Amino acid sequence: MRREGKRTGVFTRRALLAGGVQLTAFGVLAAKLYQVQVVEGAKYATLADSNRVSARLIAPPRGRLLDRTGTPVANNNQNWRALLIAEQTEDVGGTLDAFSQIVPLADHERARIERELRRHRRFIPVTVREFLTWEDMARIEVNAPDLPGILVDLGTTRLYPNGATLAHVIGYVAPPTEADMGEDPMLALPGIRIGRAGVEKWYDLKLRGRAGAVQLEVNAVGRVIRELERQEGTQGQDITLTIDADLQQQVLGHLGDESASAVVLDARNGEVLAMATNPSFDPGVFNSGVSQAQWIEWTANRRAPLINKAAAGLYAPGSTFKMVVALSGLEAKTITPWDKINCPGYLDLGDTRFHCWSKGGHGMLDLHGGLKNSCDVFFYETARRTGMDRIAAMANRFGLGVKLDIELPGARKGFVPTREWRIAQGKPWNIGDTIVHGIGQGYLQLTPMSLATMVARIATGRAIQPHLTRSIGGVLQPGARPEDWPSMGLPERELHAVRDGMWAVVNDEHGTAPLARLPLPGVQMAGKTGSTQVRRVSREAREHGYKSDNLPWEFRPHALFVAFAPYDAPKYALAVVVEHGNAGAAMAAPIARDIMVDVLTRDPAGDRPTTPQRVAETTRS
Amino acid sequence: MSVMERRLIRETSFGLTSKLWQVSWLYVVLLCALASVGYVALYSAGGGAEPYASRHILRFAFGLTLMLSIALVDIRFIARFSWAAYVVGVALLVMVMVMGHTGKGAQRWIELGGMQWQPSEFMKLALVLALASWFHKASWERIGNPLFLIPPVIAVLVPVGLILKEPNLGTAVITAVVGFAVFLGAGIRWWKVALVVAAIGGVAPVAYSHLHDYQRARITTFLNPESDPLGAGYNIIQSKIALGSGGMWGKGFMQGTQNHLNFLPEKQTDFVFTIIAEEWGLVGTLAVLGLLGLIVLGGMAMALRCRHQYGRLVALGVTMNFFMYVFVNVAMVMGAIPVGGVPLPLVSHGGSAMIMVMVSFGVLMSAYVHRDVEFGEGRDEF
Repeated sequence: MRREGKRTGVFTRRALLAGGVQLTAFGVLAAKLYQVQVVEGAKYATLADSNRVSARLIAPPRGRLLDRTGTPVANNNQNWRALLIAEQTEDVGGTLDAFSQIVPLADHERARIERELRRHRRFIPVTVREFLTWEDMARIEVNAPDLPGILVDLGTTRLYPNGATLAHVIGYVAPPTEADMGEDPMLALPGIRIGRAGVEKWYDLKLRGRAGAVQLEVNAVGRVIRELERQEGTQGQDITLTIDADLQQQVLGHLGDESASAVVLDARNGEVLAMATNPSFDPGVFNSGVSQAQWIEWTANRRAPLINKAAAGLYAPGSTFKMVVALSGLEAKTITPWDKINCPGYLDLGDTRFHCWSKGGHGMLDLHGGLKNSCDVFFYETARRTGMDRIAAMANRFGLGVKLDIELPGARKGFVPTREWRIAQGKPWNIGDTIVHGIGQGYLQLTPMSLATMVARIATGRAIQPHLTRSIGGVLQPGARPEDWPSMGLPERELHAVRDGMWAVVNDEHGTAPLARLPLPGVQMAGKTGSTQVRRVSREAREHGYKSDNLPWEFRPHALFVAFAPYDAPKYALAVVVEHGNAGAAMAAPIARDIMVDVLTRDPAGDRPTTPQRVAETTRS
Repeated sequence: MSVMERRLIRETSFGLTSKLWQVSWLYVVLLCALASVGYVALYSAGGGAEPYASRHILRFAFGLTLMLSIALVDIRFIARFSWAAYVVGVALLVMVMVMGHTGKGAQRWIELGGMQWQPSEFMKLALVLALASWFHKASWERIGNPLFLIPPVIAVLVPVGLILKEPNLGTAVITAVVGFAVFLGAGIRWWKVALVVAAIGGVAPVAYSHLHDYQRARITTFLNPESDPLGAGYNIIQSKIALGSGGMWGKGFMQGTQNHLNFLPEKQTDFVFTIIAEEWGLVGTLAVLGLLGLIVLGGMAMALRCRHQYGRLVALGVTMNFFMYVFVNVAMVMGAIPVGGVPLPLVSHGGSAMIMVMVSFGVLMSAYVHRDVEFGEGRDEF
């Protein structure tokens, strides 16, 4: 019994010891649980959330641009591309090196990739190479094990079916820069493009739409379990332009090799049917990045292919300004349609003699004769009587020197001087300045776009605004109907007198632009030439037989022609400017004629749908 | 001593009614409470009563019946089959090694009665019974004799070695610790304990340093047999996230994102504790830990109440086995120890483990019911 007692005693002590050890162990577990669940709880809660929630942005496809016939002129194309997700590789440099072995990367590409990698968070894919060929994709897929972090996916890219033809109107898209970031999270998505010029830039937000965001709950292997939250994005809207792409092509063809631009408007509502600038460029190049060499070539080119000359090129209007001078005189009652002015070949004002282009003079001329012959003296005198302020005011009413509603970010408003402006500069405004402006020289700087607008307003008597948009997202925009535009408020009698003079310029046997006569039966065009010196011609040069043909190209005068047709029922207005084309009558007028023949033949404004889509509520101001 | 003396029952058997009266119903309630915790956790894991929770509770009902039936069987009768059970256990272990079903890269299971059984579960109970039977007859002095200890040491090493070879490190360690606990309870001298500990501590690092790289790699795999294709430690990371994100109060019943989004591997079996942690927070885990603690302490208390060495050692061994299960499992889900393949008893989904735990508790309860019976020590051959 003693031995039994000894054994029991030992068991009891050791069982109690074991119980103590077990209790201690449970205590340790409890402490550890407190540590994990409470002390580090917040950390693990965050991890649990990031475990399950994955936010994704879904970029809607960029809206298309259509011409007035519904043909896409800016479209989206499939684009296979290689992306790199920094988070998924331990050695970004190594992955890029390996990638270069398969698809060679140029130094500037490599630099761009590294720049973007620094800019984005590690889980955001960065574009390594776009427009992969089938062979490249196959090689990437085969070598996938050596390319951690690289994935190939299908994106979209902007495609311009018309290439250089519409480059200045449509503009182009390019990858967003650092400065663009932050306003829209969508811009951080790989392959995204934003409008950089032209309509692409003007309507960038509408075309881009808004990215949808989806918060997804994912399981351990990344498979989507359900959507937690979805913010619907907004589709990029298709925009129908007023441009007729085929006409645009024809107009560009008529410009030939000249450094020139032409604008064709529907005179009744201001729709821009064609706006051509030569030389042009391929807008698709900007999509994948412009090479240094290409950029240097563009910027060094004195014919400035990147500049939209039609909307941003500034020229002295020359004789094409004479209609405005005449209308200001008519309104100010300083002239009448039948008052005659004598042209002896010059106008003397104090010590200064202002020459007419016709050395022998035109004799007695009324307004009709003044326009027909483009007599300088007639308009010197008209300007002298009317004064610069009234001329400038009238010019502004015709869309000259004021901002037009054209949907082009690069459009310039040009410049029409006033006495006030000159005096504000601390310089006197002399009567001689007014006289020079009477023939469209001096400080005047106008765009072909504004000249076309001027002609359209003369032709229709309505204050149309040139515009490029017919419909946005299927909604017809206001401004398509002539009634949308207010009247110019000028007496029809006065407008008619000017139109009559313009008719004579082309159709009278003594007109200055017989080359502009239309070879079409029953349709007549009215127009006006303009030739503007880029360099002052000295009296000496004039007396020694000045001949602009002998000048170097960049010193030759610009050749201008503005016109509308048909004369009896104006429908189309146009302006043509040929840089350093010497003479409007010889160079610009035939181009204008050929363009107008095509316009009238195609009659793009005639096929307007009779049952328009919904018309937006707002009216155009 | 005098109180115990008075309650000593001299009869070789007593009636069923009085036996039922002797069952610790409080303990049964504790076990039912633990099984209910399992029901709640598995309900959440399965997103409803199916597929885990309802089967869990059915199995528990069966296990409970089995436990109570065994509790009424005379412990002296059970004791007769101690060594028989041991031999069967070793035979089963050999059997899985030879022809066992390969599950998760380790041979552990055999099919029987529509269930997959782990012989190692049975082996632990059989080992406890065998060791208890051996030491039951041993006097204090005889236990001091090293030669007397050689057979039981071999009896421990054989199953431990076989389980290691499966490989199932977690269960092997538990088996060894349980056997060790029985040795301690039986009264082996402390200096021998120290010697064994020192020997293991001294040999292991030397042995490890002499291994080839591939052998070490094998040991690493051995330590973490369930390594995930998504990368080493994935289970533990996800499990810790589940635990930690539960915070103080938890995310609420059925609200565990880790659980419901399948971030938790084996959530219904080995990692069931993470569901409780994620959905019920620290409050829930401490409550469950408290319940588990009560069950362990209750087992130890019943061991102390036994008037015979066999019952004491069996109760100690069974309780220690349960404790080790709990400790290894909870430490594992917290990432404190790098082993796998150990369920949380009565909570984890899995038939054979639960049945075996209930059978063990049945034997424990039988020892308790028959705590005061006269249990002769037979011939003292050594």
